Amino acid sequence: MKVKMLSRNPDNYVRETKLDLQRVPRNYDPTLHPFEVPREYVRALNATKLERVFAKPFLASLDGHRDGVNCLAKHPKSLATVLSGACDGEVRIWNLTKRKCIRTIQAHEGFVRGICTRFCGTSFFTVGDDKTVKQWKMDGPGYGEEDEPLHTILGKTVYTGIDHHWKEPVFATCGQQVDIWDEQRTNPICSMTWGFDSISSVKFNPIETFLLGSCASDRNIVLYDMRQATPLKKVILDMRTNTICWNPMEAFIFTAANEDYNLYTFDMRALDTPVMVHMDHVSAVLDVDYSPTGKEFVSASFDKSIRIFPVDKSRSREVYHTKRMQHVICVKWTSDSKYIMCGSDEMNIRLWKANASEKLGVLTSREKAATDYNQKLKEKFQHHPHIKRISRHRHLPKSIYSQIQEQRIMKEARRRKELNRIKHSKPGSVQIVSEKKKHIVAVVK
Amino acid sequence: METAPKLGRDVPPKKDKLQAKKKKPRRYWEEETPPTAAGAFPGPPRKLKRNRELRPQKPKNIHIRKKSRISKKPQVPKKPRERGPQRSLSGAQDPFAGPAPVPGEVVQKFRRVDKSKKLPRSKSKTRSRLEAAEAEEEEVSVRAARSELLLAEEPGFLEGEDGEDTARIRQADIVEAVDIASAAKHFDLNLRQFGPYRLNYSRTGRHLAFGGRRGHVAALDWVTKKLMCEINVMEAVRDIRFLHSEALLAVAQNRWLHIYDNQGIELHCIRRCDRVTRLEFLPFHFLLATASETGFLTYLDVSVGKIVAALNARAGRLDVMTQNPYNAVIHLGHSNGTVSLWSPAMKEPLAKILCHRGGVRAVAVDSTGTHMATSGVDHQLKIFDLRGTFQPLSARTLPQGAGHLAFSQRGLLAAGMGDVVNVWAGQCKASPPLLEQPYLTHRLSGHVHSLQFCPFEDVLGVGHSGGITSMLIPGAAEPNFDGLENNPYRSQKQRQEWEVKALLEKVPAELICLDPRALAEVDVISLEQKKKERIERLGYDPEAKAPFQPKPKRKGRSSTASLVKRKRKVMDEEHRDRVRQSLEEQPQKQEKAAKPTGARPSALDRFVR
Repeated sequence: MKVKMLSRNPDNYVRETKLDLQRVPRNYDPTLHPFEVPREYVRALNATKLERVFAKPFLASLDGHRDGVNCLAKHPKSLATVLSGACDGEVRIWNLTKRKCIRTIQAHEGFVRGICTRFCGTSFFTVGDDKTVKQWKMDGPGYGEEDEPLHTILGKTVYTGIDHHWKEPVFATCGQQVDIWDEQRTNPICSMTWGFDSISSVKFNPIETFLLGSCASDRNIVLYDMRQATPLKKVILDMRTNTICWNPMEAFIFTAANEDYNLYTFDMRALDTPVMVHMDHVSAVLDVDYSPTGKEFVSASFDKSIRIFPVDKSRSREVYHTKRMQHVICVKWTSDSKYIMCGSDEMNIRLWKANASEKLGVLTSREKAATDYNQKLKEKFQHHPHIKRISRHRHLPKSIYSQIQEQRIMKEARRRKELNRIKHSKPGSVQIVSEKKKHIVAVVK
Repeated sequence: METAPKLGRDVPPKKDKLQAKKKKPRRYWEEETPPTAAGAFPGPPRKLKRNRELRPQKPKNIHIRKKSRISKKPQVPKKPRERGPQRSLSGAQDPFAGPAPVPGEVVQKFRRVDKSKKLPRSKSKTRSRLEAAEAEEEEVSVRAARSELLLAEEPGFLEGEDGEDTARIRQADIVEAVDIASAAKHFDLNLRQFGPYRLNYSRTGRHLAFGGRRGHVAALDWVTKKLMCEINVMEAVRDIRFLHSEALLAVAQNRWLHIYDNQGIELHCIRRCDRVTRLEFLPFHFLLATASETGFLTYLDVSVGKIVAALNARAGRLDVMTQNPYNAVIHLGHSNGTVSLWSPAMKEPLAKILCHRGGVRAVAVDSTGTHMATSGVDHQLKIFDLRGTFQPLSARTLPQGAGHLAFSQRGLLAAGMGDVVNVWAGQCKASPPLLEQPYLTHRLSGHVHSLQFCPFEDVLGVGHSGGITSMLIPGAAEPNFDGLENNPYRSQKQRQEWEVKALLEKVPAELICLDPRALAEVDVISLEQKKKERIERLGYDPEAKAPFQPKPKRKGRSSTASLVKRKRKVMDEEHRDRVRQSLEEQPQKQEKAAKPTGARPSALDRFVR
């Protein structure tokens, strides 16, 4: 007879002293871990609920401006520094870690229309309603010195926007036309126009750095090539585009914030159909900025809220609002992709977390592992109705909520009318136009 | 590089020359010895060589190996590569080139995705995502299988000498042969006074609770033999069961259900569960299922103290109950020979299986949820397959008929027949027990009243009219426990931690169904429903193929007539395809219609046209 009994030595399973860690032998045999899926489901449900519990995105409000904040700029080298221009011509430089204003400049008379930093971070440019372009040093003046701009260019017309080239000492302004300037000269290198209308914003492409995009109040978005000194092509939309933003990871993708409450993500190679129409705002979209990862962007709207959209989704994943925040004029996503700043009408700059329920500060490895695991679980069970309902739920101000209901009814009525028209007309005579194509009027090359 | 001279035999001659040319580095503490002796390191080279002989080399077809890293036959060493083993920068060859082989059947154990099932038809994006998820799962199962190597303990076994029948081996022989610690696990509690005993082990296998018919209730740490509590409830005890931990104890008494703590203090008296005959605890749902004389199956949520469901089985007195540990479905045996499967989410049984002629006496389900053993008044012992078909796999008539059945963690089946306990074993862990030859038998001093295998110990606890017997069954239990699930050696702190975690992930009672993995699968029917609804809502099918529109030719003639002709051609082609397809389908349909399944052929069939 040969016999062996299961006989464990407790020394292998119990810790030796109280100072040791407990021993936890593992065996991943599925029969020892029954109900894997239901338990994971419950964990995912708990994780989703906790995410909503901990979703407290608002971090700080930077107050100090004496008029509405009109433009914001990030510092290219310092995460803590942010610049803002107000409607009374004041420019302030803020330190985000201390949440304090570190410098105030009375830059212009009237609005500060645009502000941008040089790629090296030593100076910045502002344009204002007083028809000037001014270059300022980033550091404050020394003791006893006057706070004066490095250079001032007097223009003929009002400038409405400015952007700096990402690598070369060249910047572009817009107003009646798009001007490209060398930093050393007082005259533009070239001026580009296409039609006669005021251009509201101009943006350099961060990857293909010689490309520019601008949007004008005659409802079009125009793309330029700096090397050719001529416009490339333009797309005309239903309504005016307020601003555009290039995707920092995909050179040919940009998103336009439109007056018709939508945002349009375009592939510049095929402008006739937008890649995605992002709908959720209930009023004109005023500003848009991409996250440095290029996966998401944030938009600011006249409806007193900001929304975060994934690039490939038509609906927003997040909406931020507070009682006191008025029409949001400008928004920026910080370069570490963790925070969002927005400047609004009621003179405040607000700092938000990009991921509402994220825990700030240094995480221990166990915390990190737990959040990673929960994230994966949420992803796995995201389509289950119960989990979906909880994760999608957002509280909205009554004005936005009722507007959404109203617009839903309007949209439904329009669709019903279209269906009726199709039903009662000769088959094929009424074309069904997709939502993407509906808003594009023409593409001109 | 010191090992080079010994290794030289396997290395090609060219390499040998190179080695000879290069001067061997010599440490200052070494004696000056000729290099051929290699006296400084006698051990490693030999060992290395042996390892290399044992270890299967990386095979020639490296591309195929990379795709499927699971070797089908792990024992057979692979042919060495013809090109010679890979060399590193230093010139030393890797004796274990390539990923470590993983035996296929072990991977199969960990596999969650059923590859035979086809993925649902979906868009290419979704499809690629599903495929990526599947590949990830595959990778996970390979890794889990690889971690099998780290398990510390081996299962027990009992083998007779050639020709010797293991069933003839008595308990006393086993006790004599095994070590002292294991021998101490065999004991008898002589408790003749309080009559036949029901017993229950806690989930960690560390604690034992038993209750006698005449009111004796006790709980003890049976490994150290430390008594936790001992009381007499002054009422008949029908059944006893530990709740999620050893701190709580449910006792089905003559009238009502009572819950005691580990010091014997009565915590609750649940009057809504009256005349309870059998108890089952579902640990992941925190449900206590009770079967009563009045024919009700009641689920009590012990974490909040609410009755989740009270189901009327409509089959008279219930006194045969067991749970399926794989899907938490309750199996009830009835006096009409059926076994019904229940979930608290349904008022009706999930399934009814006709198992015996006459009543069912005992039911047991194994830990993987694939086999169910039943015994009936007809003295039969049957094993059923629970995976969909519910067909009997094997059956045997026993001289006395089994009154109690229990499965062990490794698939051994124990049956109590009068005062005899028989244990049957299968070929391996996953196979059903072979009923021809018992593995072990044992005669007790009284009639068996309760049977349970102790989790994680090779022990079978038997409650009988003469007390309690703890039998040694080598190879019954899973040797390696998981410390985060059931740890027999856990401290109080660990238990508390585990309790909080377990309560946080309490599975809702509504999720109990026959297939617990259903929650992770794509709900195909409702997807179709969704599509239908969408078409209804939009008024057209957005995914439908547009009708063919011929493009006008740029060069040459492009008359309207030719356009129409082309369009006609395509339409005709499509029409022909449709007709062909329907013609192909017709005979199949006719065949199906001709053979109505389940109906017997009748002599009058020939007149049917």
